[in-house]
Amino acid sequence: MADRERRMTPPYGGVFVARTTVLDASQVRRALTRISHEIIERNQGLDDVVLVALQTGGVEIARLVARILFEIDGVDVPVGTLDVALYRDDIALRPVMPEAETDIEIDLGGKVVVLVDDVLFTGRTIRAALDALTDFGRPRAVQLAVVIDRGHRELPIRPDFVGKNLPTRRDELVDVNPEGVLLGEMRK
Amino acid sequence: MTNHLIDLKDLDNSAIRELLHLTDRFVEVCQRPIPKVPALRGRTIAMVFFEDSTRTRMSFDLAAHRLSADVLEFPTHTSSLSKGETLQDTVETISALGVDALVIRHSSGGLPREIADGVGETIAVINAGDGLNAHPTQGLLDAYTLCQHFNGSAGINASLEGIRIGIVGDIKHSRVARSDVTAYSSLGAKITVVAPASLQPDDIEDWPVEVSDDLDDVLPELDVVGLLRIQNERIDEELVLSLDEYIERFGMTEVRANSMRSEVVITHPGPVNRGIEIADAVLDKRPNVLVQKQVTNGVAVRMAVLFRLLGLGIEID
Repeated sequence: MADRERRMTPPYGGVFVARTTVLDASQVRRALTRISHEIIERNQGLDDVVLVALQTGGVEIARLVARILFEIDGVDVPVGTLDVALYRDDIALRPVMPEAETDIEIDLGGKVVVLVDDVLFTGRTIRAALDALTDFGRPRAVQLAVVIDRGHRELPIRPDFVGKNLPTRRDELVDVNPEGVLLGEMRK
Repeated sequence: MTNHLIDLKDLDNSAIRELLHLTDRFVEVCQRPIPKVPALRGRTIAMVFFEDSTRTRMSFDLAAHRLSADVLEFPTHTSSLSKGETLQDTVETISALGVDALVIRHSSGGLPREIADGVGETIAVINAGDGLNAHPTQGLLDAYTLCQHFNGSAGINASLEGIRIGIVGDIKHSRVARSDVTAYSSLGAKITVVAPASLQPDDIEDWPVEVSDDLDDVLPELDVVGLLRIQNERIDEELVLSLDEYIERFGMTEVRANSMRSEVVITHPGPVNRGIEIADAVLDKRPNVLVQKQVTNGVAVRMAVLFRLLGLGIEID
């Protein structure tokens, strides 16, 4: 989980203490390679496919997926970034700050948008992202790729592409980056 | 510290930088195919303008709309104020209606702060210009426009370090000059105010600026020339020199503009008196005249301020 979200997640502040390594770097790479193949298979190629990475945890992952897609199919898939802070449903309930860059330069109308995030948890970020996307055009389809699905959904949202399903307690934290996936918790 | 924005002097440098960085985000929002976000849905913002204003009013309106807030017009000319209600009572009434923020402009310096002190934490009070005192969102948007011009955006560590800015005109009667000086100096710019002695404020020694009454003398040393609006009636009353003399000494004439390096930036808070502060040809044709940019950025800056005060649930510190 990115530093920013860590700071913003109750208890505010604190230090992430890892307990277990869920995936190591090569396992992350294998999971993303499989996801990449699944994206190609599902869409019968990469025509009109655009990756939109959720800030901030999805950005590195999406860049890696784009690289793998290029290695497999030789297609340069555009990668945009999206900060959904202004679309969240908990604005003013907790500190929500649009600190990261939104950069979607192409019209999403008619495209197949693959949202990419590190961890799928309550589904509220994805709900916000679906709203945000409509302000950039009307995609033909929106799909969701995540490295970790940790459960605890609060909304009817499911991922299309999953690296690993990981049962967790609500108070645990999952840290994802290309070097590995760690499960742990915040300590004061 | 506060959930109001009354004067940039109330903010420390990092709070000013944070607002400018937040503005980066809203500049991007304003460029989207649909430049509107649901961030302040269900919030209501009352516009209370006791002084005529077109651009600041429209800019705040648009900022509120683009954040999906509801905007309530307070008709200052036909309200109970004309029936003798005190301003504090009127404000209490607006507050009791369930308004979340009050954007206020008044010709009396210090009035927004009195109102803010009166309402406490219940609603956010935003100063849209009070007397000769302050115009904080103008200061922020001018600083933002310069950051954007020199650095592409404000970034996390907005800075005007090493930029030499001249502020030219009726400094004494200008709340814009006061807020610009606060904003620019907090970002590390070197500021020179240029005005005839009669239009320099009495407390000018306390300002973090150099002072000059000779524009041509300081012009070669400037990266930015910030022109202020001259109010014609003041020329006659206080200036001692005639309008022609003013233009000759302080106007951005074609001759003067041609003497400057083409990279030198010109700003003006508007509305412009063409042919007085700035010649037509300079305003319309010269590169690096940022007047329209200032107007555009004003919306994003005001979105940042409204979101910071109403959306974040935490105080500016």
